[in-house]
Amino acid sequence: MTPRKPSKEPFSDWRSGSTVKGILEAIRRETRGLDRPLRIMEVCGTHTMTLYRSGLKPLLREAGVVMISGPGCPVCITPDYYHEAIIDLVTSNNNILIATFGDLTRVPTARGSLQTTVPSAGSEIRIVYSPEEALELAQKNPGKEVIFFGAGFETTIPAIAFTVKRAASENLKNFSLLAALWLIPPALKAILQSGQVAIDGFIYPGHVSVIIGQQAYRFVAEEFRTPGAIAGFEPADVLLGILSVVRQIKQGRPEVANEYRRVVQVEGNPVALALMAEMLEPYHADWRGLGHIKNSGLRLKPCWQALDAVRKFDLALQPGKSLQSSCRCGEVLKGLLEPVDCPLFGRVCNPDHPLGPCMVSYEGACLIEYKYSSGAKKK
Amino acid sequence: MCLAVPGKVVSLESNGTGKVDYLGTTVLANFSLLPGVKVGDWVIVHAGFAISRLDQKEARRTLKLFKELEKLGPAD
Ligand code: SF4
Repeated sequence: MTPRKPSKEPFSDWRSGSTVKGILEAIRRETRGLDRPLRIMEVCGTHTMTLYRSGLKPLLREAGVVMISGPGCPVCITPDYYHEAIIDLVTSNNNILIATFGDLTRVPTARGSLQTTVPSAGSEIRIVYSPEEALELAQKNPGKEVIFFGAGFETTIPAIAFTVKRAASENLKNFSLLAALWLIPPALKAILQSGQVAIDGFIYPGHVSVIIGQQAYRFVAEEFRTPGAIAGFEPADVLLGILSVVRQIKQGRPEVANEYRRVVQVEGNPVALALMAEMLEPYHADWRGLGHIKNSGLRLKPCWQALDAVRKFDLALQPGKSLQSSCRCGEVLKGLLEPVDCPLFGRVCNPDHPLGPCMVSYEGACLIEYKYSSGAKKK
Repeated sequence: MCLAVPGKVVSLESNGTGKVDYLGTTVLANFSLLPGVKVGDWVIVHAGFAISRLDQKEARRTLKLFKELEKLGPAD
């Protein structure tokens, strides 16, 4: 058998130096003559990663654009008490299997992390890549209660909803979900309403937008007169988004632009949206840093309660129990603080010894800053 | 977490799953959220599920825009 030729990635041009330079110059042309730098929030942690990894942050600053990291890291915004409830469950019950995404196991809380915790007899914690893997663990371990602890935004929520529906249709009795599911538009509204951080425009998360489409952000342009653009994740994608936002600011015509049209449809993904509506209902959720936000979380509808770990195990998901830590992740998530300005950044808090989720998650601003900024800046 | 890279669909099974090739590495994906996918399509896969198909026509349009911006040269 001859080895199959690997498919060539058709988007290498989105990383090419000449393309990046061309768009940067276009941005510079627009910002020329402005009396102050423009402040644009990249909502999504994966965008933060692109900006650092490709060295665009300082280049944009030179071109008159300051990028501010936003709350787009689901691991970071999930409150401590979710982790503490899961740690309680797995340390005080036998034969529990917690299946979760890798980042979530490392988040430090007053009760340690899932990684450092010692489970009760027959209980264990497993890292999975997809919710369906958790379901397969439940099929293979009929003697255990398998709980999938999943955190995610709209990008991940349909996969989780699909898996729960499948578990219901297979009548799987030993599977349940602890859902930490967050919605981006209500968080943007909360940031805009708080007025704490000056923002001239937004770069909207490309893969959240794949699901929710373009209209979901309309209130930002209409109610708050704030420009924005959906962008993809290659360097040129992010820059095209920024160029669009800068042009909207200059022309005083805020809109919801889509600069990721090769992937994002205006109406989003209708199959995914229908599934979410069938399985889940909104509720007023707590975000780390941002606090209580109206209709910003999704949970299973009461008719699926047999699969809801909160109901099944009577989990106490309540704030207040957690110790106050000196981690300033909450301010980082709101765009109020740069990671390097946290007094703990670098020496005390680092990837080997993270003190907060922003230093744990691959999308966390502190970890990204630590990994990609020059060693000189590390304290 | 919202990281998702484009891959090419190489096979489809009757149960709604199939294989996607990422530059030589093949992984299993669930296509239930993206009906109508064909072998040869480029898709975005996240947490084991294909969530979007790449529109090559739009991609080419963006490439053309890149070329135009490059031609404009430096700002000053
Ligand atoms: S550097 Fe560490 S302690 Fe400081 S905000 Fe970031 S995660 Fe928290």
